[in-house]
Amino acid sequence: MRAASHPASDVLARRLRGLAAHGVLILCSVGMLYPVLWMVASSFKPEQLIFSDFTLWPRDFSLKAYVEGWNGLSVSFTRFFLNSALVSSLAVIGNVTACSLAAYAFARLNFRLKRLWFALMLGTLMLPYHVTLIPQYVLFLNLGWVNTFLPLVVPKFLAVDAFFIFLMVQFFRTIPRELDEAAMIDGCGPFKIYLLVILPLSKPVLATAAIFSFIWTWDDFFGPLIYLSDTVHYTVPLALRSFVDSSGRSEWGPLFAMSILSLVPVFLVFLFCQRLIIRGISTSGLRG
Amino acid sequence: MAAITAHERPAAARPRVGRFGAQDGAAYLFLAPWLAGFFLLTLGPTLGSLYLSFTHFDLLQAPRWNGLGNYIRMFTSDPRFYNALSVTFWYVGLSVPLKLVFALAIAMMLDQGLRGLSVYRALFYIPSLLGGSVAIAVLWRQIFGYNGLINEGLSVFGIDGPSWISNPQYSLVTLVVLRVWQFGSPMVIFLAGLRQIPQELYEAATIDGAGPVQRFFRITLPLLAPVVFFNLILQTIDAFKAFTPAFIVSGGTGGPVDSTLFYTLYLYQEGFAYFRMGYAAAMAWFLLTIIALFTALAFLTSRYWVYYGDEGR
Repeated sequence: MRAASHPASDVLARRLRGLAAHGVLILCSVGMLYPVLWMVASSFKPEQLIFSDFTLWPRDFSLKAYVEGWNGLSVSFTRFFLNSALVSSLAVIGNVTACSLAAYAFARLNFRLKRLWFALMLGTLMLPYHVTLIPQYVLFLNLGWVNTFLPLVVPKFLAVDAFFIFLMVQFFRTIPRELDEAAMIDGCGPFKIYLLVILPLSKPVLATAAIFSFIWTWDDFFGPLIYLSDTVHYTVPLALRSFVDSSGRSEWGPLFAMSILSLVPVFLVFLFCQRLIIRGISTSGLRG
Repeated sequence: MAAITAHERPAAARPRVGRFGAQDGAAYLFLAPWLAGFFLLTLGPTLGSLYLSFTHFDLLQAPRWNGLGNYIRMFTSDPRFYNALSVTFWYVGLSVPLKLVFALAIAMMLDQGLRGLSVYRALFYIPSLLGGSVAIAVLWRQIFGYNGLINEGLSVFGIDGPSWISNPQYSLVTLVVLRVWQFGSPMVIFLAGLRQIPQELYEAATIDGAGPVQRFFRITLPLLAPVVFFNLILQTIDAFKAFTPAFIVSGGTGGPVDSTLFYTLYLYQEGFAYFRMGYAAAMAWFLLTIIALFTALAFLTSRYWVYYGDEGR
């Protein structure tokens, strides 16, 4: 009714409300991201300006902090980035392969004790890793795997991150069974169906699993902290931590520079796979 | 059900399923990696740590049976344990509700059909994406330090702020802020939930004279209850397990004066700094109990406040 009597003022009010909402949202997002942007800016500032300057534009642009930071520890960051890249890519391969194999069995095959195994698999989702931590450590110690990448990588090839199995089972179930049957009539066994029918149709869920495996492994601090002791084996987060310990309180520049670089791979993944990441979180609650 | 019908019909008539169990061989091959992981890395170690929790174990000598010793020490003569428990409860109790409130508020603001939704969503999500990393914890150390960004900002107003991270009064708050800052991921989930609420309900309520407050409490909140429930459980469990921020910001000590000694951080210290692995195993089992209790509590109370839209299921 009101709209009919005062059309012009109503439109104006709605416009203003929209503008106000945009204003609040822009202010909030800039406020939230300010510290990160400031860290980026500070990494290009000369050391003495970091503490006296909270603006985002470096007046004296310098790459000194990056050069100093890269060689700031006894081993250079080239090694740490290579280590992190190796561990993360193996984790991605392991998770995607092992979890999709198990998920295919749960989604498509009939076998004895299926319900029991499935229930146990779901049960492991709730288990905090602290519970298995110490016996796992003892096991890896006895195998002579401590101070190697194996404790960080081998569990992925044994599908220990059961959440991805669950995610893939749900996706595989939406693929029409008729496709399996057609393949079966053409003489395909279960493995060929898995490889030639299911996997090619499951790219979104496989990509989601790969992305989150990558982000979590790249950021993982606890695993490397427990298992890696030689500096040459450090991953980037562990190297950053010992950088904090070794550099005095005055050396924020190089520390910031290396921190920024450590965030770049995750940020790039986000930039290119944003849609999959957002969908993964909103439909299944993958922690971000 | 499927199993029984498969048995009753001749196998030839149902080529797609086959006799139940006929695919055992193939299926167990597919499951082999997971089964190996389950027994060697999950079930075995879970039972192993239950056993270790009743022993003295320092990694050098074989575990020695200690009965309930670890648990008795935990509950009767370890003030650091109680302190870690209380720090963690404060951390969870403050950060989870605040994070959810922010997440819902921003999600509702974004859900008004504004332009640029996906840009805002991405911007608000970035802290969640990066927040768990060592790099951001390093940044937090600087921001809340004596010469940090916060005090730099305060000095403009002539306020001389304290060193937030090295003052036991504020140190935990800085970690709560770090967690609340990452409200992006529950916000994304809330946004998806808000999209499911039929617009007609709001229109009908408006015609009936309901204001924004009434619409929120009578429509939005009840219909969003399952999503709130889901987020609450997810966030609570996650907050109990937090480790990296406390470790980096306090330099691994949980200080100053144990004010940021998270439960997980204390567990790490007991196990891997003092090598009291039996005690650490007992702490891990107690953590499992707490998390299980919280989850059970949420599920049990959920029938009083979560409305799923299909009553009686």
